Amino acid sequence: MTDDITTRIRAIIAEQAMLDPDQITDQATPADLGIDSLGLVESIFAIEEEFDISIPFNANEPEKSEFDISNMGTIIAAVHRLVADKAG
Amino acid sequence: MSKPLDEALIDAGRAAPAIQGGRDLAGRGGLRRVVITGAGTINALGHDVASTMQAFRDGRCGITQLEFRDVDRLSIQIGAQVHDWTPETYFNRQQILLYDKFTQFTLLAAKQAVEQAGLHFQGALGLRSGVVLGTAGGGLNTWDENYRAVYEEGKNRVHPFVVPKLMNNAAASHVSMEFGLRGPAFTVATACASSNHAMGLAFQMVRSGAADVMLSGGSEAMLCFGGVKAWEGLRVMSKDACRPFSANRNGMVQGEGAGVFVFEDYEHAHARGAEILAEVVGFAMSSDAQDIVMPSAQGAERAITGAMMDAGLNREDIGYINAHGTGTAANDKTECAAVAHAFGHHADRLMISSTKSMHGHLIGGTGAVELLACIMALRDGVIAPTIGYQEPDPECALDVVPNEAREARVDAVLSNAFAFGGLNAVIALRRV
Repeated sequence: MTDDITTRIRAIIAEQAMLDPDQITDQATPADLGIDSLGLVESIFAIEEEFDISIPFNANEPEKSEFDISNMGTIIAAVHRLVADKAG
Repeated sequence: MSKPLDEALIDAGRAAPAIQGGRDLAGRGGLRRVVITGAGTINALGHDVASTMQAFRDGRCGITQLEFRDVDRLSIQIGAQVHDWTPETYFNRQQILLYDKFTQFTLLAAKQAVEQAGLHFQGALGLRSGVVLGTAGGGLNTWDENYRAVYEEGKNRVHPFVVPKLMNNAAASHVSMEFGLRGPAFTVATACASSNHAMGLAFQMVRSGAADVMLSGGSEAMLCFGGVKAWEGLRVMSKDACRPFSANRNGMVQGEGAGVFVFEDYEHAHARGAEILAEVVGFAMSSDAQDIVMPSAQGAERAITGAMMDAGLNREDIGYINAHGTGTAANDKTECAAVAHAFGHHADRLMISSTKSMHGHLIGGTGAVELLACIMALRDGVIAPTIGYQEPDPECALDVVPNEAREARVDAVLSNAFAFGGLNAVIALRRV
């Protein structure tokens, strides 16, 4: 069962990676999907715009950001939290 | 009895080196020597060369909380801003209406440089002199203020001087007018390498004989809401400090200001007894032809080795490099890889520092302010430090002159600039 937020994130990533949304698995890393650093920054911007949220992400130290970009699963979970924080 | 043709050509070359294409010591293929006889600057560290160099010696940081309209709407709120800037001290009302801040900075630096050089450009010298400057954003404050007026405030009328203020060549044109420089005059825009490209071209023009004196350098005044907001988008800016080569670096910090130099034919300078600050001996440029933002070590290395070849210097001759050293993860490791590969074992002996840790990244003006650190190294034997250095990074394992200036005698130096767009420009200077 996939919720609306997850579907919308997968659609954004799929467009960036030029893949089918079904191929955006939770285990896939940005690199697996062929998304380079500039593509990642672009994807994060698109997610911010889609959900009207602000994502804390510095390309110089991605591992230190509160926004975990290890794979699609962590990205989707982080966006869920940010959307919930905004609503809360 | 006639000599074999090749021997005859060699003899002819000895007798008249000017017609030879090679780089013989007698005449360097007819190329002239180029020296720096004046320098001027305004930046976050000071409003002149002396105060800037003192800050380099002290390892003082010019990065502070930004102060301008709408700064509270930025997620990046630090920068190396010029403080206590009062244009009315230097310009009249009409000039202030006509000069964007990047032009104001340029004119102040140019006046200092020309005054130090002691040159007057009336008559023939003005016809044989010019100006080539670098800037990336040009009159960005003017764009910002007037877009705000028409879009945000809904005004339907702007000041008549908007276009002559904002155009990227405005500063070069005003310098030309101010001093009567009637030869080559133009502006180079290659993002973060603009000043180095400009100074390299000025060097080539004096060296080739196309001009006797060239004013060169660059300026930037991008610290306004729109200028910083645009950079925020890339997510490469630091929110707290510029720490080049440090393992915990987290991005670049923007600066503003200008640097302008007088590049003069050595014979001309020598004949009039001018004080020579340093000699410009080589320049090379290259393009990565690869990626619009990610740097290439190979492209950088080609510019580094090219500048040394152009100067006729061996790598062992280079004692100091003023790094591009932006403090981003990508630039600093790529630059160190390029230097390590270009210099081999000598990479462990030379010093390399990033003064952006103090004056911030002046984008199109940065190479000009950084050339001051090169002049200080050659003339005063003081190497400007990389401040904010906290943790060694194995990917930047060079002597980055951490945190404190160092006394050292160096005979030749390089200044690196590697721009977005993959455009690289490296200048070589030598002590005179």
